[in-house]
Amino acid sequence: MATRHEEIRADRPIIEMVDIRKVYDTGKVKVEALKGIDLSVAKGEFIAIVGPSGSGKSTLMNLIGCLDTATGGEFRIGGELVKGLSRDQLADVRNRRIGFVFQAFNLLPQISAAENVAMPMIFGGVPAKARKERVAELMEKVGLGDRMEHKPTELSGGQMQRVAIARALAMNPDIVLADEPTGNLDTSSGGDIMGVFLDLWKQGRTLVVITHDMALARRAGRIVEIRDGRIVRDAAVGPEEGAASVSAAAGAHVQGLASTAEQAA
Amino acid sequence: MLMLKEVLYQMLRDARSQKLRTFLTGFGIVWGTVAITLLLAFGTGLKKQMIKSTAGLGDRIGIAWPGLTSKPFQGLGKGRRIRITEEDLIAIRSQVPGLRSLSPEFAGDMKLRYGLKTYPVDVTGVTPEFGGMRNLIPQAGSRFINPIDMEKQRRVLFIGNKLAETVFQKEDPVGKTVILNGSPFLVVGVLMPKNQDSSYRGRDHDQAFMPTSTYRALTGAKYVSNFVFQPAKVLEMKAVSNGVLTSLSRRLRFDPADKEALSVWDTTEQFQFFEVFMLAFTGFLGIVGSLTLVVGGIGVSNIMNVVVEERTKEIGIKMALGARQRSILTQFLMETLLITGSGGVLGLLISFGICSAFPKLGLTDYVGDPQVSPVVALITTGILGVIGLLAGYFPARDAARLDPVVAMKL
Repeated sequence: MATRHEEIRADRPIIEMVDIRKVYDTGKVKVEALKGIDLSVAKGEFIAIVGPSGSGKSTLMNLIGCLDTATGGEFRIGGELVKGLSRDQLADVRNRRIGFVFQAFNLLPQISAAENVAMPMIFGGVPAKARKERVAELMEKVGLGDRMEHKPTELSGGQMQRVAIARALAMNPDIVLADEPTGNLDTSSGGDIMGVFLDLWKQGRTLVVITHDMALARRAGRIVEIRDGRIVRDAAVGPEEGAASVSAAAGAHVQGLASTAEQAA
Repeated sequence: MLMLKEVLYQMLRDARSQKLRTFLTGFGIVWGTVAITLLLAFGTGLKKQMIKSTAGLGDRIGIAWPGLTSKPFQGLGKGRRIRITEEDLIAIRSQVPGLRSLSPEFAGDMKLRYGLKTYPVDVTGVTPEFGGMRNLIPQAGSRFINPIDMEKQRRVLFIGNKLAETVFQKEDPVGKTVILNGSPFLVVGVLMPKNQDSSYRGRDHDQAFMPTSTYRALTGAKYVSNFVFQPAKVLEMKAVSNGVLTSLSRRLRFDPADKEALSVWDTTEQFQFFEVFMLAFTGFLGIVGSLTLVVGGIGVSNIMNVVVEERTKEIGIKMALGARQRSILTQFLMETLLITGSGGVLGLLISFGICSAFPKLGLTDYVGDPQVSPVVALITTGILGVIGLLAGYFPARDAARLDPVVAMKL
């Protein structure tokens, strides 16, 4: 199975979305959150998805993360078609292919940092011995080799996010999917975490970051801007051009909020 | 696998954060377990005690009294007295299949003198078989009447333990000679004390027994007062009883359907009634206990619902990390089973404690000693298991069905 996995990875993009649509049907009201998204992410890319609240970027993140399924279009992750999968099959896809990093860290507070990192491997059926070695390796990698047995509450925000990144890498996933990873951190810790992401990118990881943080977005290789359920901009970030485009995007923010309000009403 | 450590940890954490609720929930299960096991244990003890007391009269025997005929038969009028001799009984013995033992009883009041004192005593002439049928067990160093006593018409006496105390006080009665209606008798046996809840001629501990041959020679009695018989198999009691009645009625010429010519007391009937009664009683206690446990189970289910609600976010995170529905289900089921399990173990321990302390209260003669039988313990464990599974299943299923997106947002 591992070989098939590798083959697919070699000749296809990691993420392929064709005309992806998502409609929330509450019975009375139908809300079209995504109105046809085409997105392709190649192996080793670092993309930032930006957009105002209500633009549909959270919905897009849920779809990429296989936490939810699209109502239309075709989505492949690592070449695998995500359609008509059962809840358990989706759980397996998340387990093997996606490493989540959340804004609120989402560590389990009652178990140690090491046990948190081991969690995806437990669900993935990795034997205990291999699990232990991998946890030690990952904790070392994020610079917390000496904090293995600490409870999350005994760590700083930046340290907690590092543990979360170690956890995201546990199953060696196709992509690392981060949702506002610096949103709960001060500037220095945020910069710290940004550094970890850049290191991962250098090592050939595929990273997808959803963020409001323009400083963070500017450091990515590519920015995808969403507004009102559509991709309005998808461009590589050059050293100078990036800064310009982002300020334009930030300027459009207020307008985006207005359109969200209309949509909600 | 995953999760034993984590589950235990979470349980402790939940228990700490919700002390009162956890205590009440655990208490429900403990109380239910104690109720069901103790009720059934007391039922078992009571049953044993009652069987023991019933056995004081005899070991599943029939007792028959001759009376007056109430129906005309073959030209003979009613109101005729039926008289049975020992020879009649010996004669019918071989005619009744399945009859194991049979003994006549010749009964009368006599004066017993020992030393300077004289006592009125109920004396019964019986055969050696009588002792076995009526559970007359001799104390150590003494014996019941034997066949040689019968054959030689020995003047020997087997006396009740209370009578022995009255007459001999602290002396050992065995080997002493007493004067009974003017004739010297040798005391050969004393009754081992026993529980006897019913009788037909006073309690055995007040009586004296001698061989029928001796009794007849001493008194000239010809007709038996009554007789006692025992079937080889308890289940054949009815058939044997009918056989005795048929043979005797043929021999003594009375209507076998005449209840008054020969009235028979089948002590196994009482025993059978008792069996049915105990079954119903045990069933009742079992149901009451089980319902108590069910109430406890509802409490557990309730706490698990709250726990699931409190841990929704955690469930969402686990699902995002790739937990299958079954992992979530198992986690909450195990937690529920742990709560019910520890409550059950505590309950069983309390019950065992009460049962082992109970005999010191000195109520044994009235209600017996409660016993937690392995069957009761097993049944209780089974019920607890089922309740634990049911109580945990629905909250656990709800947890496993959560939408990870929604769950994590909370």
